[in-house]
Amino acid sequence: MATTVFKRPESMSTNITHYCPGCTHGIVHRLVGEVLDELGLRERAIGIAPVGCSVLCYNYFNIDFQESAHGRAPAMATGIKRTRPDTIVFTYQGDGDLASIGTNELIHAANRGERITTVFVNNAIYGMTGGQMAPTTMPGQVTTTCPMGRDVQTMGHPLRVSEMLATLKTPSYIARVAVHKPSYVIEAKRALKKAFQYQVEGRCYSLVEFLSTCPTNWAMTPSQSTKWLEDTMLPYYPLGEFKTPDEEE
Amino acid sequence: MGKKVLMKGNEAIGEAAILAGCRAYFCYPITPQTEVAEYLARRMPEVGGTFLQGESEVAVSYMLFGAGGAGVKVFTSSSSPGISLMAEGMSYIATAELPIVLINVMRNGPGLGGILPAQADYFQATKGAGHGDYHFIVLAPSSVQEAVDLIVKSFDMAEKYSNPVMLVADGMIGQMMEPVELPTFDEPPSPYVKGHEKWATTGAKGRERNLVKTLFLNPHEGQDHNVKLQTKYKEIEANEIAFEEIDTDGDLDVLLVSFGTMARVCKTAMESLKAEGVKVGMLRPISLWPFPLQRIRDLADKTKLVVSVELSMGQMVEDVERAVQGKTPVGFFGRAGGIVPTPDEVKDGILNLMKES
Repeated sequence: MATTVFKRPESMSTNITHYCPGCTHGIVHRLVGEVLDELGLRERAIGIAPVGCSVLCYNYFNIDFQESAHGRAPAMATGIKRTRPDTIVFTYQGDGDLASIGTNELIHAANRGERITTVFVNNAIYGMTGGQMAPTTMPGQVTTTCPMGRDVQTMGHPLRVSEMLATLKTPSYIARVAVHKPSYVIEAKRALKKAFQYQVEGRCYSLVEFLSTCPTNWAMTPSQSTKWLEDTMLPYYPLGEFKTPDEEE
Repeated sequence: MGKKVLMKGNEAIGEAAILAGCRAYFCYPITPQTEVAEYLARRMPEVGGTFLQGESEVAVSYMLFGAGGAGVKVFTSSSSPGISLMAEGMSYIATAELPIVLINVMRNGPGLGGILPAQADYFQATKGAGHGDYHFIVLAPSSVQEAVDLIVKSFDMAEKYSNPVMLVADGMIGQMMEPVELPTFDEPPSPYVKGHEKWATTGAKGRERNLVKTLFLNPHEGQDHNVKLQTKYKEIEANEIAFEEIDTDGDLDVLLVSFGTMARVCKTAMESLKAEGVKVGMLRPISLWPFPLQRIRDLADKTKLVVSVELSMGQMVEDVERAVQGKTPVGFFGRAGGIVPTPDEVKDGILNLMKES
C-alpha cells in the first residue's frame, strides 16, 4: 500500500506563489503552513497580511485572513485576539512594514504581551515598491533611495528588531533564524513551532525573524544572494533565541 | 425605557454602548472625551467585555478593524485630533464594510486648537477624513438623551448596512450632565454582529475560509467594489435621513439650519426672534450624512432667507447651499475657537443677516 510521506499542508492553498526566483517568502509560507497543521491550528488560525511583497500571502493559505494597512498588523491582531481569545492570530510582516512604519504597533503589542505571533521576514530592503532603503538595510548597501550606499552617518545603523524587543521586561519569545540552507530551515521551523506553541499555551507574545533574500532588488542571482546574506547579514544579525518566557518565570 | 438618571454625557455614551450589546472598546485618552474611556475601563470588565487603551489613535483604528473584522460589535470614542489620526484606518474600515461605531466629541481646531466645544469637523466627518470614495453614516445628537438613543441606533444601522457609523457630538454634550432614560431590552442585544459567520474571521472551522481585505489590484474588481459601495450609500440616503423640524409651518422670514448644541442655542434665540415679530423656523439635521438635502430644498421655497448656524467658520453651510440651489439667499452665522454664542448673539446675527439679504 502506498504511504504518503510528503504533501501540501492543509493550511495552504493550491495557488502558485507570485514571488521572484530565489526569494525566501515561499519557504517561510511553507513553514507557517506546516506548523499550523502539525499543531492542529488550521481551524482556529487567523493570519494578518502586511503591505509589501507578501500583501497577497492570503492567496497561499487556506485559513481566515485579514489584510492590514502598512505596519498596523499587530494592532489588528490585538483587536482580534482580545475579542476572540480562542483564536490563534499571527501577523506576517516584512522589514519595511514592521521595522519602519509599524514599529510603534509592534513594540506596544509585544510590550502588552499580546498572545499573538509575528512572522517577521527581514530582507534588508523594501521589495514591493522596488528596492528602497529600509531601516534594516546594511551599511553601504545600494538601494534606489541610497544610490551611493547606506551612509550610517546620516541614516544610522541597521535596526536590530529582535535584540530591541528582547530588552522589554514583558515575557516573550523572540528568535532570529535563516532559511537560505536546509540546515537553517530545520532550525527555523523549530523556532516557529515554539512561537506558535507559546501562543497556544497563552503564555506570551512571540516573534520569529527570518533573514531572507531579495535577489531582484539586491540585483543578484539567487546564489549570489545566499552568499551575500551569509557574508553580510549573518555577522550583523546573529541567529538564535534572544528571549524566552522561561527566563522570567 | 428604564428609569431616569442624571449622567454626564461621556459616561452616558459609554453606558449606551454597553446597553447596545457592545463588549469591545478600544481607546486613547484625549480631552474632552476621556471620561468615556475612564467609565468603560471600570464598566467593561464588569460585563465581561474587552477594554484596551491602545498606544495611539492610529493603532486604535486598526484594533477596531481587527475586532470588527472578527464579527464583534466594537466601539471607540475620540476627539478631533484623535479622529485625524484614525482617518487612515477609517478608509480601510469603510472599504472592508466593517460595522464599527465611533463617536467624535468635537473640540475646537484646527491643529491642537483647544478643548472647548466645536463643530468644525463637519467636513472631516461627512466628506471623508481618509482617502478614497467612502462614507460613514454620520449622526449628530443635541442632548445627552439623544446621544444615548443614537448610539443604540448606530449599532443597529452599522449591522444593517455593514457600514461604519460615526456620531459627532460637540464637547458640550460630552461634558454636561443631563437627565437621561437608559433604554431597556426584553432580550439583551448580542455582542456579535448578526450574520458575521458569512464574512468574519473567526477561524475556518467547518466552512470555507473568510477573507477581510481592501486591496483590489484588478481595476475591474476595484471599480466593481466602488460601485457596490455607492449602491449601498444610495440605499442609506433613501432610508436614513433624519432631522427635526421646529415651527416650519407656513411662510417664514428665516429658516435656521443647525445641529447639536448649536441647535439648542438656536431654539432659545428663536423665542427672542419671534418676540420681535420674525417668522422663524428651524431644521435640525440629525443625520449629517446622509444630509436632508431635499427637505431643506422644499423649505427654501417658503422662506426669504436660510441661515446655517454652526460652531465653525462655515462648513455645513456648503451643504445647505447645495440643498437650496440658489433658490433663496443662504447666510451663515458661526463662532470658532470653542466659543458657544449666547442666544442673544445668535439673534443679533440673524437679524443682521436679514437686513443684508
